[in-house]
Amino acid sequence: MAIKQLTVFVENKQGALVSITRALSEHNINMRALSIAETQDFGMLRIIVNDTATAERVLADEGYLIKVNDVVGVKIGDAPGKLSGALSVLDEKKINMDYLYAFMSRTEKHAYVVIRVEDNALAEKALEDAGYHIITDADVNKL
Amino acid sequence: MAQNYYQKEIETMPVEEMKKLQSEKLVKQVKHVYENVPYYRNLMDEKGVKPEDINGIEDLHKLPFLTKADLRDAYPYGLLAKPLDDCVRIQSTSGTTGRRVVAFYTQKDVDLWEDCCARAIVAAGGSNKDVCQVAYGYGLFTGGPGLNGGSHKVGCLTLPMSSGNTERQIQFMTDLGATILCCTPSYAAYIGETLKDQGYKPEDIPLKAGIFGAEPWTEEMRRGIEATLGIKAYDIYGLTETSGPGVAFECSEQTGMHINEDHFYAEIIDPDTGEVLPEGSKGELVFTSLDKEAFPLLRYRTRDICVLSRKKCSCGRTLIKMAKPMGRTDDMLIIRGVNVFPSQIETVLLKEGYEPNYQIVVDRKNNTDTFEVNVEMTSDKFTDKVADIIAMEKSLANALKVMLGINPAVHLVAPKSITRSEGKAVRVIDKRKLI
Repeated sequence: MAIKQLTVFVENKQGALVSITRALSEHNINMRALSIAETQDFGMLRIIVNDTATAERVLADEGYLIKVNDVVGVKIGDAPGKLSGALSVLDEKKINMDYLYAFMSRTEKHAYVVIRVEDNALAEKALEDAGYHIITDADVNKL
Repeated sequence: MAQNYYQKEIETMPVEEMKKLQSEKLVKQVKHVYENVPYYRNLMDEKGVKPEDINGIEDLHKLPFLTKADLRDAYPYGLLAKPLDDCVRIQSTSGTTGRRVVAFYTQKDVDLWEDCCARAIVAAGGSNKDVCQVAYGYGLFTGGPGLNGGSHKVGCLTLPMSSGNTERQIQFMTDLGATILCCTPSYAAYIGETLKDQGYKPEDIPLKAGIFGAEPWTEEMRRGIEATLGIKAYDIYGLTETSGPGVAFECSEQTGMHINEDHFYAEIIDPDTGEVLPEGSKGELVFTSLDKEAFPLLRYRTRDICVLSRKKCSCGRTLIKMAKPMGRTDDMLIIRGVNVFPSQIETVLLKEGYEPNYQIVVDRKNNTDTFEVNVEMTSDKFTDKVADIIAMEKSLANALKVMLGINPAVHLVAPKSITRSEGKAVRVIDKRKLI
C-alpha cells in the first residue's frame, strides 16, 4: 500500500540541486513532498512525485544516482498533537524510524507524514489499527 | 665544532682507498651471490655476466639491475644467500600486500647495520654520555630496531619507547633527560607542539639533537622542529631492502647525507635507459650491498630520484653524500611514513564491490599527513539512508586500513565526479610541498 519515494544523490557543489529540480520541471514532474539530508560529503534529496517512473527515467538519463523505495504515508489532522499521536503508535509497537518528513495538502485541511521504517507492512498495520489513514500512490496523484 | 666519528678510519678514508676497499668487497659479494642465490645466477646468466667479469667497482655496470618486482617474485626465500640456520632476524616493509618485502639478517648483518646507525648517532653529536630516546616504531619496521642497536653500540642510555603514547614520551624525555630523539620528523614535530602546549620552552628540554627519517620532510619543517625543541635536527636515510635506516646519515654541515659506502655502493642512473650518470646528475638511486651475508642486493633500484656529491665536507668525512630524495620514479606515496601504492587502493575497491574510480588526496596539516580517499558511489550500493552510507564509508576505510596499515578518511562521491583528464582519472593529488 506504501508510496514510492525517489532518493537522489546530490553532490556537495554549487548548483547541484538546481540542476536536479530543473530536469524534473522540464518533464512536467510535480513534487508533492521533499526532504534533504546532508552530510559533510554529500546531500540526499528525497522526493515524492506525481509520476515516479518518469522521474526515475529522467534522472537516470541525466546520470544521477537514484534509489526508489517504498515508504509509509499517513494522513493526519492539521492540529497540534496529531503527529505526536501517530508517532506514539509506532513507539508503542517498538517500530524504529530511520527518518520522516511532513507535507501539507493544498485543498484539504490535513497534513501528511512520510515515514521510513524497516517493515512497512508492520507500521501500516499498527497505524491503521489505531485509526489512521494510510495513503497510496493513487492518493498522492490526486493531491 | 670538534668532530667525533664512530669508525674514523672508514668515515674519513681517502677516496682512492675507499674505492679499493669497495672493489675487493664487491668481487666477494658477487661471488657469494652467484654461488648461493639461483635467482641472481639466472639474472646474471641471462645478461651473460660471470663473477669473473667483475674485478672491481668499475665493472659494476655490467651487472643486471634488481627491482622491487624481483623482490616480490622471490618472496620469501628466493633471494636468501645464507642457510636459515645462520639467520637471526627478519625485518619487513610496512606494506601488507603482495608488495611486502622480507629482509633476512645474519648476526654479522645486524652488527653492520647497527654500526651504520651508530655512525649516524655519533655524527649527530652522540656519545656514551647521552640518553637516546628511540621513538620509531619497534617490530617489523626497521626504524626502532636499527636506531636501538646503534644507540647501544655508541653506549648511549637507550630509551626503547617505540612510537605513540606522547604523554609517556614526554614524561620519560623530561624525567630521564633524553638528549637525542630518534623518530619520524612528523612525530618529532608533534612531540614539539605537545611540549609547547604544556608550557615547556626549548631551554627546559634537555634534548640537543634529533635523528629523523623514514618519510619526506622539508628544510622548513627542519627549522620548525629545531626551534620548538631547541635542537639540531639530522636527516637519516635507509630502506628495509638494504637493511634499514643508516644507509646514509647527515653530519653537522646538514647539506646532504653521507652514504656508508663501505657497505652500500651508490649509483645514479637514467631511470629510462639504465645508463649510469656522472656524479652530480639527477637520476634514480641504485644501491649495491658490499658485504651483506643473508640478503645481499646487487644494483637495487630504489625508485628514489636523487643527486650524489663528492664535494669536500667540513665534518671531515670523505663518504660520498646524497641529497634528500627529490621524488620517485614510480607512483609510490609515502604517507605518515608508510609506503602506499595507488594500485593497493584499487585492489581494495574492487574487492569491496566499488568501481575503481577513486582519487587520493594527501596534504600536510600541522606537520601531519592527511590522507583522504574519494570513491565514486555505485548505483548498486546507493540507498536512501544516510546512516547506511556513513557505515559504507567506515567499512571501506577499515578495509583500506587493513591493506595499507594507515587509516584514510573515505568520502563517497557522485559517479563521474572525479576529475578525468583525457579520459583518464587523476588518481593522486599530493598537496604537500616537500621538495
